[in-house]
Order: sequence, then C-alpha cells, then structure tokens
Amino acid sequence: MELDKDQTVMSEDKKPQDPNPRFACEGCSVLLDVNDGDRLVFARLSGGAILKIGNKNYSLKPLIGAPFGSLFQVETGEDGSFLSRIFPIKQENNSNNVMDDSRDNREIVDNNEAQNLTGEEIEAMRREGAKGDEIIEALIANSKTFDKKFQLSQEKYKLKKQKKYAPKLLLRRPFARSICEAYFKKYPARIGFLRVDALSLLLTMANVTAYSDVLVVDMVGGLVTGAVAERLGGTGYVCNTYKGSAPYPVEMVRMFNFSDKVLERIVQSSINELSSANTASPEGNNQQEGVCNAENNINATATSDIMVEEISATTEAGVVDIVVPESKVIKAAKAGAKASKETIEMWRENGFSSLIIAAQDQDPWSVAKDVLPLLSYSAPFVIYHQYLQPLATCMHKLQQGKMAINLQITEPWLREYQVLPSRSHPHMQMSSFGGYVLSGIRISTT
Amino acid sequence: MLPTESKKALSFKRYIEDGDLVIVYERHDVMKPVKVSKDAVLQNRFGVYKHSDWIGKPLGTKVFSNKGKFVYLLAPTPELWTLVLSHRTQILYIADISFVVMYLEVVPGCVVLESGTGSGSLSTSLARAVAPTGHVYSFDFHEQRAVSAREDFEKTGISSLVTVEVRDIQGEGFPEKLSGLADSVFLDLPQPWLAVPSAAKMLKQDGVLCSFSPCIEQVQRTCEVLRSDFIGKFSEIRTFEVLLRTYEVKEVKMDTSSMVGESHEEDNEGMRPCKRKHRSNEDVTVSQDNSSNATSVVMARPCSEARAVLAGYIAWRTVNSTPALFSDESLPAEAKDKQGLDYKRKMDDGLWTFVDMASGRYLWRNLKEMRENSQ
Repeated sequence: MELDKDQTVMSEDKKPQDPNPRFACEGCSVLLDVNDGDRLVFARLSGGAILKIGNKNYSLKPLIGAPFGSLFQVETGEDGSFLSRIFPIKQENNSNNVMDDSRDNREIVDNNEAQNLTGEEIEAMRREGAKGDEIIEALIANSKTFDKKFQLSQEKYKLKKQKKYAPKLLLRRPFARSICEAYFKKYPARIGFLRVDALSLLLTMANVTAYSDVLVVDMVGGLVTGAVAERLGGTGYVCNTYKGSAPYPVEMVRMFNFSDKVLERIVQSSINELSSANTASPEGNNQQEGVCNAENNINATATSDIMVEEISATTEAGVVDIVVPESKVIKAAKAGAKASKETIEMWRENGFSSLIIAAQDQDPWSVAKDVLPLLSYSAPFVIYHQYLQPLATCMHKLQQGKMAINLQITEPWLREYQVLPSRSHPHMQMSSFGGYVLSGIRISTT
Repeated sequence: MLPTESKKALSFKRYIEDGDLVIVYERHDVMKPVKVSKDAVLQNRFGVYKHSDWIGKPLGTKVFSNKGKFVYLLAPTPELWTLVLSHRTQILYIADISFVVMYLEVVPGCVVLESGTGSGSLSTSLARAVAPTGHVYSFDFHEQRAVSAREDFEKTGISSLVTVEVRDIQGEGFPEKLSGLADSVFLDLPQPWLAVPSAAKMLKQDGVLCSFSPCIEQVQRTCEVLRSDFIGKFSEIRTFEVLLRTYEVKEVKMDTSSMVGESHEEDNEGMRPCKRKHRSNEDVTVSQDNSSNATSVVMARPCSEARAVLAGYIAWRTVNSTPALFSDESLPAEAKDKQGLDYKRKMDDGLWTFVDMASGRYLWRNLKEMRENSQ
C-alpha cells in the first residue's frame, strides 16, 4: 500500500510544494556546480536569470524543468552561447593498465612553446561554433608534447582544457548537505566553520525528527535552522531563540527549497519571552497575537511575490561568483515568524524536545545556562563551538550543577579519498578543523 | 521511540507509564533498556528498583533503589538505543550514522532501502529520518537476524516505519516491486559491487547510493563498477573516512609559581600569579590559592581509551542527469551514490580487539558485558 501511495506522489513531483522535488522548477532555489566543484553558485531559477562563466553570460532558462542532477555544457549557436543539457556517454576505460605505461615526463620542458594554436585561432574556432570538445581535440593535435606525456598527465591535461574550453555545469538540489559544503568551501567563517559532518552530528545528537520542538540558538546564518527544518518536514517546530531584542538572521533558510508548510514551522522568540513566567495579562496576549498574525500575513505576501520579482534580482545573482547570501538578491519565502503566544505557552508547559546551540563568539555556558532550563527532562542537547576550552568549561559547570548527564565532548574528523584504479589516496587537502561538539541529556535536578 | 503524531513527541511525553520502554542510566557507560511493567523489578549492584515506583514520574528524573542508590530513567532515542542494543553483528555508530543519513539526503517522507539489516542500529536512525510518512525497507540474508530485528523494532515502536525482509541482496538484488521508488539506498555488504546494478534500478532519479565497507579494496571495486557499468547513472562518486575523537574534561590543580625565585624583584609585570600583589596595581590577577601557588583549571584532552584504528570510508555519488528518462531503457534510475566504508576490527576469542575511534568506548563496554554474560 505504501508503494502505491508513493507512486502517486512521484507523478506530482514537478510541483514546488513537493517535500522532495526532483525537478528544477521556475522560481526554485538551485545550486549550480561549475566544473566539478570549482565554483558553486546558488541561484533562483527564472527565465531572465543569467550566470557568467568565463567571460560570457548564459541564460539559466534551459535549466527550468530539468531534473536535478542534470549536466549542462556551453555551446555556441547562431544567437551566441547557450547552455545545453548533455548526457554522459560511455567512456573507454583504459586506465586499468596505467602501470604498464612506460612514458614519463622527462622530456617535457616548460618553455611555453608546446602549443601551436594561437589564442586568435582558438577564438576563431569558437566564433565558427566549434564545440568545446572539438577545441580540445584541436589543442591536443597541435600540442608538441601531448604524446610524450605520461598517461595520467595526459588525462590531467585534458581535464584542464575541458574546464577552460568546455565548462560543465551540474544542477543540484540545495540540501542541508550541499548548502553546508558550499559555504564551508567559500565562506567558512559565515557558518562558524561548521563542517558538514559536524552539522550531521548536531542533528543526530539532538534527535531531530518529525514532531519535535527543537530549540536552536543559530548564529551561523540560518544553516542549523534550515537543516533542522529539513528534518522536521513541516511538522513540529524549530524555534530560533536570541538574547536581546533582535533575532539572529537566518537568511540561509532561503537557499533551501522549503514549502510554505515547512517555513511555517520556522519561528523565533527571544529568550526572555520563552523563559519569563506566565504573567502576561489577557489583553497583552491578544495584542501580541495580533502582531503575530500581521507578521504571518507579511510573510505570506512575500512568498507570493517572489516568482515575479525574481527576474532582475537573479540576474545579479548570476554575475556574482559563488554563494550569494544577500537578501535582496535571493528572495524566497520569509522564514522566522514570531512564535505565537499559544506555541510559547505550549513550550512553557511541556518544554522543548531538544536543543542545538551554534553560537559563534558566545560563551557556551552563558548561553546554555539560560536556555537549558527550557528543555523537557530527558531531552538531548548539543553545543557546537569552534574552540575546545569554552566547551570544556561549560561541561564542567553542567557537571557541577548536576544539570545534565551523558556529557561528552567530541571532535568530528573527516577525510575525503580519491579512489581510482591504482591511484587511491587521501585527498591532498583536507580540512583539519571541524570544531567541537558538546552533547548531553538534561535531567531533573530534584 | 519515534513520534508518529505530535502528541507522542517527547515534549508531550511527560510521565512514565506502564509498558513504556525506558533507558536506565547508571553511568555514561552503563545503560540498559527496560520495559516498564508495574509488577516487575530491576536489580543491579545498587539494589532493587520497583517499576511501580517509576510509573507517574517524569522522564529524566532519578529513581531510588531499596538501598537508597539512584539511577536515571531516560526516554529512548536512536543514539541511546545504539549503545544498548544487543550486537548480533558489527554495527554502525554515531559518527557514521550521522554522516550517512546526511549524505543520503534523507528527509521525512523518503523511501530508503538498506541491506543488511544487521543489528538494526542504522535502521533505527533511518526510520527517525523518514518519519512520519516515509518508509525503510531493510534486507538481511540471515533469517534469525531478521526476526530479532523485527522484535527490536516492535520493542522500540518503530515497526510501522521499517519493514524487514529476508533476502540475499548480493545474489538476488532488491525486489522488483521497489523499482524506481527509492530515494536512497544504503549498502553494507561484503561484496557491495554485486548489488550496485539492482540498487541503481531501485533509485529514483537523483537518488543517492551509499555503500559502507571496511576495506579500501571493497571501496575500490565498488567505485569501479559505479564508474564503468553505470556511467550516466551514477555520478559524483566520493569516498570519505569519518572519525570521532572524544575528549575528557578534568579540573586539574596546576602549580603556577614561577620557576625563578622571588629574588627576581625587577620583574614586576604581574604576569606571574604567585607574585606578591603590588598595591599600586589592582588589575593584577592573583592565584586563588596563594599559599600553595596552585590554580584550578578545567582542561580537556583526548580520551586515551580511543585506541582504535579507523572508522570508515564512504563513497557516494550524486546523480547526473538521467539518460534513462529519454532512452528505451526501462531503468529510470539515476542515482547518486555513496559507497562505502569500514571498520577494521580483528576478532580475538570472539571479542573485538580493535575498534574505531568513533565507537571505541561503547564497544569496550559491550565487550565487558559479553564477558560477564558468558561467565
């Protein structure tokens, strides 16, 4: 029975409201991966959106309606260059006999005279509509040294030329994983150096699941808030709490393709509101409720406007290399309405089911001592920090205050490998820094 | 364990009832799952605990034995369950589980296939991720393991989210009826490359495959199959090793007196806490304990018990576009794929002697219990 249901869902996959959309529809947020991770761009798809690759602008229109995971390459036609979808072809796999190749690079001299083709000639080929692959073939044919190279060097040469003359663009779903990876690569400081494996630990250790009420202190631009909302799938709540009067910005939530149903579950409320005793007068309640409703309306309006507004905005987005977090550039539905009075009441009554703190530049203990009491007993919590010492101090104080058990500080560690026949090894570059994570379970002190 | 409706969420589950599954927490390395039954008792080295005393108490509180000793009663979570479940096989631990669920891009409503089921450690976390409307189909060729896994899922209350079937995935592949329905596929098999063709068939376009293997040779072979036979279906193949390092925190008394004696009066910058306080300089910090020149400092260091070797490799691929959509092939699968990794552990007298850093602690704990049980 399960399967039948699922099939029905699949046929409606093109709708933006689908929890797990498989096609890039107009108005949705996409992650564009140029040349296998060399460049990552977030964009909102629209007919007018443009992406600059090299020195040319390309319309993103061909991406609309394409399944996520589609690969595109640039082609030149009568009306100029455009993006065209390609299908990977079966390649001859001759790399198995690598070790038998007796050639090496001893005769290669770096004197810049190896290539016979001039820049003008290449440009001329392009004007005549030569495909990137044809240019690369011409380059190889006109290279004095290519044949002398060691086989692996030849592959590297081809790859380098492909990136320049036949750039490829991969259309990807923006998921917590890809968003985190993209930011970590380009702007790690904005997300507090929160690496994807650390983020995955936070979600796991905080037991984030449907119908949870997750309290977060998200000072990493909304990455944690968005990742939690993704796991809630439009149930429960993720409440971003803050000190003082201004909520922390969660603009990264817009990178996710969240439906309204999911966005409604992203709310914010100050620590004071959440922890103050229930003393507000009935009139006060009503007033606050009015404000809430008003804000919700604003959000709703914002949502419906986007599709129209986006065209010019995304044009800019395309030009900006890499991630584009500016709110005016990518406008999606607005998340982070104020939590309603009833919801806050419910949390006061029942407590939150878990807590995630990712607060840059804040002392973990100062934050934890205020927000931990808002949790239910037996609720797991997890605190991320770039530095170990403040977490150690925090853990010690929690132990002394007997506020939590199962306390543990861990450091995630991640290494990516190249796995190829006869050529498997860890990647040259790895991030040696994944931050530290303090986890525990809140208990009753009585 | 997992709420299938809002009223069952932890924040609403305030009091322990007869029939609940709770985790009895003695110490961070001594925990036990217990089904609350009003006539039953729990007995440990601290005495006897009557279940009837627990009913009506909030979770996360202390309960006392007849000798006045206490334990905590906790709500079960997939993490706690992973630490207390009975090991029928080597299991995945939190570092791998978190990473796999993240890279498989599992969200509520997803359909996930898994083989083998093993002890159900990962299945429980997958179920958490697909709840409330998704489903996990888990396959194991071992009849008894499948039966035990089903019992466990019944016990933890997630049986509506996980279906366990006995099936040799390497030999027979996944069942045809699931073709093209899976958002993600996870393989933890000795020869994962044999299951790749079937997995590709099961996956929706842009789905993700992850294979977890203990040996780099397995990973290599799987990657080759993903690249060669399935070109166009699998793309973006990546391999990862993940580890978790645990730190211990201690308050340590440190002697902060200067190496150089008091006679060096000319050095009066106030940097040395042991120095006599200058009346003129009130900002100088003095040690808490002038008499002994010792200061208490809270410090962290890596746990020494993590004597382990390695965690695992995960290779995955996201999908490129799907050629199948436009070809006559009946495979709508475009897949992303991950693949896998491993734990390298040796068996010695039936006990694990090498463990990975991610899980060292708990594994050793289990060892101990196994020994105790066998005595």
